[in-house]
Amino acid sequence: MTNNILDFEKPLLELSAKIKELQSFMDEKGLDLSEELMKLKERAAKLQREIYASLNTMQIIQIARHPNRPTARDYINYIFDEFIELHGDRKFSDDKALIGGIGLIDNQPFTFLGHQKGKTTKENLSRNFGMAHPEGYRKALRLMKDAEKFKRPILSLINTPGAYPGIGAEERGQAEAIAKNLMEMSALKVPVIVVVTGEGGSGGALGIGLGDRIMMLEYSYYSVSTPEACAAILWKDVEKAAEAAEALKITAKALKGLGIIDRIIKEPVGGAHQNPEEATMLLKKAVLEEYASLSKLSPDELINQRYMKYRNLGVYNNDWNDVLEGEILKEEVE
Amino acid sequence: MFKDLFGKPKYVTVRTRTKQEKEDISPDSRLWTKCNSCNQIIFNKKLVENLLVCPECNYHFRISAKDRLAITIDEDSFQEFGQEIFSTDPLEFPDYKEKLATARARTGLDEAIIIGEAAINGYQVVIGVMDFNFMGGSMGSVVGEKVTLAIERSIETRKPLILITTAGGARMQEGMIALMQMAKTSAAVKRLDDAGILYISIMTDPTSGGVTASFASLADIIIAEKGALIAFAGPRVIQQTINTSLPEGFQRAEFLLEHGMVDMVLSRHEIKDTLTRILKIHQVGVSNYD
Repeated sequence: MTNNILDFEKPLLELSAKIKELQSFMDEKGLDLSEELMKLKERAAKLQREIYASLNTMQIIQIARHPNRPTARDYINYIFDEFIELHGDRKFSDDKALIGGIGLIDNQPFTFLGHQKGKTTKENLSRNFGMAHPEGYRKALRLMKDAEKFKRPILSLINTPGAYPGIGAEERGQAEAIAKNLMEMSALKVPVIVVVTGEGGSGGALGIGLGDRIMMLEYSYYSVSTPEACAAILWKDVEKAAEAAEALKITAKALKGLGIIDRIIKEPVGGAHQNPEEATMLLKKAVLEEYASLSKLSPDELINQRYMKYRNLGVYNNDWNDVLEGEILKEEVE
Repeated sequence: MFKDLFGKPKYVTVRTRTKQEKEDISPDSRLWTKCNSCNQIIFNKKLVENLLVCPECNYHFRISAKDRLAITIDEDSFQEFGQEIFSTDPLEFPDYKEKLATARARTGLDEAIIIGEAAINGYQVVIGVMDFNFMGGSMGSVVGEKVTLAIERSIETRKPLILITTAGGARMQEGMIALMQMAKTSAAVKRLDDAGILYISIMTDPTSGGVTASFASLADIIIAEKGALIAFAGPRVIQQTINTSLPEGFQRAEFLLEHGMVDMVLSRHEIKDTLTRILKIHQVGVSNYD
């Protein structure tokens, strides 16, 4: 834990150390310094509010990538009453970077899909840092078709830097696997609820991310490319990643404003890694609420609404001169 | 320079080429071009006659959307639709508006794709052609919308769909709105598929990223043009990730054929004829099992 302190968390941790120190000093000496203690606690709360109210995008990315951030397995453990993991794409292998299975949440059956990162280096190597191969996407599709057969809603949790860019992945059709998922997910007869819980890395995220409700945790990000890659490609300068991060509009708040996502799920104070149990409960609540409204729709209504949701995505204009004026959608982006 | 060969086609509803662009295509002089592959000096007249393929080594030069149309469809058969749709700058991304204006001036196109109805040796089709010269053929809102409009026109008219792709991927300057065009176009292909209409995808050099990972890979028949780079992640990204050298011919059209990702690899000269034969077979087959 101590190794994974983010820069902007430091002043807070120093303050809470002081509070602890004062507390034990009081206990030891039997002194009543509760007024001092109260003041310190108030200061800590105020500082925390200030820090988290003014996080820049790179800081949000740091929280999204935090090694102690809850992973798919954590969410499974906390929110499913019953869970059975299912393995393999039936074609080539089992992808450990993208896991899936079936289970019960408050007695409601769900099919689960999620990128799986590790918390230690060793675990991350076996999980390929949450970067799936085509087999992961094909396993996901197999489980989604299975969900459709048994009329189970699908919960998909996104947390990946991206689909794996490697020789084997290309040889076995990474692009085709993702494309096929998008095509099939658009017409699934069961509700698909998607939550970006950490990193939403481009096509690798979208490959299990087409759904009826798209939600993001407060400190997650979802981007067409990593800010580092964007800066390298557009400006030939990785140092400009922070600039790219702002320009790409990748935070939950910005994407809610753009109409890309439907809902932001609040995180515990200081981020999900500070209180995984509370974080998972907040996610569970949001998922069940969204499911309650989606479950009222017939399969046809569901598919049509989902289709129109994507059909209408896009921002364009019918007059080139308006483009040059450049005032389009300004308010919506804000 | 292709224009010289094909005359001034009536289908061009978009602006004609600028002087700058002519110079881009023929950088060495107006008379000859040096082959990117074998370094041979080729007379432009000969190169044009050979559909911008090197007569010496068969290297396929990249080709503009308008020239691609000219060599693929019947003369005067192109009826463009979906013209009045322009990219905006929804994220207020640095330099995006300037880049759009430059790309427009350079290519004489409004966006990285043109769509329309056309005939191929008499067979009626809906066709979309991308242009790499327009911001690397990247897919933003307008490309996504035009691909979707082409698909919808196919469903409406029951004419087969042909999409000829060349793309660097999703358009960075439109951020997540661009990424979502992958979902939008793939969902539309699903409807086309359910409607039982033929869709042929022709991937040309280069086709990568979000375009490969969406509509381009979802056709009934996938044709790759000879030598084309076709990828999800580009070779440079892969090399940086795995830190070893890549195998010979990796991610080229022939490599994809070997790995079962495309139906065939064709040289530029064979494409129109092969399309005609595919369209013929599908037309004969219509309604046998209705």
